[in-house]
Amino acid sequence: MSLTPVQQELTIAVVKVVVFFGALLTLFSVMTWAERRLLAFMQFRLGPNRTGPIGILQPVADGIKLFFKEELIPAGAHKWIFVAAPALAVFTAFLSIAVVPYGGTVTLPRWGLLPAWLQGREITLQIADLDVGILFIFAISSLGVYGIVMAGWAANNKYTLLGGLRSSAQMFSYELALGLSWVGVILLAGSFRIQDIVAAQDGPRGLLHWNFVQQVVGFAVYLVAATAEVNRTPFDLPEAETELVAGFHTEYSSMRFALLQMAEYVNMITVAAVGASLFFGGWLSPVPFLPDSPLWFFLKLFAGLFFFIWLRGTLPRLRYDQLMAFGWKVLVPLATINILVTAAVVLFGPGLLASWRRMLG
Amino acid sequence: MTAILFYVFAALAVGSALVVVGQRNPIYSAFGLIVTLCALSAIFGLLGSPFIAVLQVVVYAGAIMVLFLFVLMLLGVGAEDRKSGRTLKTVAAVLAAALALEMGAVLVGAAPAPVASFDASTRAVAHVLFSAPYLYVFEATSILILAALVGSIVLARRDP
Amino acid sequence: MSPDLVQPALVLSLALFAIGALGVFLRRNIITVFMCVELMLNAVNLAFIAFSRARGTLDGQVLVFFVLTVAAAEAAVGLAIIIALQRGRDTLDVDAFDLLKW
Repeated sequence: MSLTPVQQELTIAVVKVVVFFGALLTLFSVMTWAERRLLAFMQFRLGPNRTGPIGILQPVADGIKLFFKEELIPAGAHKWIFVAAPALAVFTAFLSIAVVPYGGTVTLPRWGLLPAWLQGREITLQIADLDVGILFIFAISSLGVYGIVMAGWAANNKYTLLGGLRSSAQMFSYELALGLSWVGVILLAGSFRIQDIVAAQDGPRGLLHWNFVQQVVGFAVYLVAATAEVNRTPFDLPEAETELVAGFHTEYSSMRFALLQMAEYVNMITVAAVGASLFFGGWLSPVPFLPDSPLWFFLKLFAGLFFFIWLRGTLPRLRYDQLMAFGWKVLVPLATINILVTAAVVLFGPGLLASWRRMLG
Repeated sequence: MTAILFYVFAALAVGSALVVVGQRNPIYSAFGLIVTLCALSAIFGLLGSPFIAVLQVVVYAGAIMVLFLFVLMLLGVGAEDRKSGRTLKTVAAVLAAALALEMGAVLVGAAPAPVASFDASTRAVAHVLFSAPYLYVFEATSILILAALVGSIVLARRDP
Repeated sequence: MSPDLVQPALVLSLALFAIGALGVFLRRNIITVFMCVELMLNAVNLAFIAFSRARGTLDGQVLVFFVLTVAAAEAAVGLAIIIALQRGRDTLDVDAFDLLKW
């Protein structure tokens, strides 16, 4: 049976989505285990180690427990919104990670096992290669605020409402700094496509061409803004268990709570993946004599995730007004000055830029 | 394929616009407006304008509507109680239908057939935006935003 | 050859504009009236983009950019005014703001 070109594209896309989705869900469950284990080691205790050899089956146990817990909808809650909010949060989380590439183009080998139209075909290791890729991620993370706002409001509870509003205010304040930190990278690459941005970090000296060297201030701003954007410590006051009774997800139990947690972890994976692509060269290898491969991308992704867990185990929480003041009064001006300097160098100093690139080889 | 997608998003946009107008609780109207904005953004993308499509989501659905929701939730508005009278509803329906007919007479057939090659990428839009006369409008808009910023803080401030 | 989406887009634009106008007539809550005005602005945006696609020039896109920006500024100031009004009169009913009626 021969497929039309449209059907071929659709099949490849569906296979990519299924594989990616499965991989993300596995990564999410491994992350829950890894976080508890690593935090425990940092706090000089053992984490979960009963279920399975090193506690590796803990996510399975958690899943079974959450599956059988009672699903509560509080009286007076707005039912449709209460049910829709975790779904929206997960939807936006998965949508934004769909445009991140984890490799360049791969040419499929000419095996006999593959159907004829797949042999020798080039596929990009990316679900959707958009021309406005990085702007799309920005747009979808703006929509991610709604999952939290709706979750906080729907439960008909003053504390969850306040927690949801605080959390969403924090998210869209730091989103501005996040977006501005990307503009410097976009100026250097000259394109919104993430593939182009990664290609702009390619060079003979490997590590030194990556954007965390060329855009140090931008990278610093991105680091802080990304941690605040996904509500991780030290910026996780809106969902801390000791203040505000667990914030906007107080009234959620069982699978809906699991969905909200999944949304948070997938958001964390997204910002780590975007950081790895934009500032650490994606799938490029740090040393010139090793080949580029998606394995480098995953290595950088896991390093980023480990860094988030490390931050959580080390730093205390910022108070809410300190958090907002820092976002607006420090990060946004810093990111804006970074854009001005980068734009000035790109526009007026092509000689400067060329000599810098010559120095790097 | 494009046509099917367009009609799906158009139906979504009209449906959620009716939710905006019809729902009693203003927060549900706000959610309906968010869905309308996202559907319109998809239609902008189908009409070949990716930059404006993304900008619509970022600015309108992602920032303006969050502002609306904040005000609605903090002012604690509930469902409206008194409905409008029957005469007002019929007059409004007649006037809106008349408006639609007039605009239809002008708009339908007013646009020429679409040109074959259309480049509305960010680079092309930026070329138009940052050259005269739109450059001056751009700079004026930044002053407008500053004025709006100061104005909204002053207006919403509680008198000490 | 991509299908002609400009005519259906214009029809959608006028439908949304009429629905928005209906909402401005009928609703009693100020914020909902404001949201219906935003709906009308979006209908106009769609018309601009449709005409830009038809004529092949990018002026429509730039104008939509400005409409977006001005709508953001207007939403901010408008909501601030609504907050101030609510503080004074303790209600958001449109008929309650009739101080200038003779």
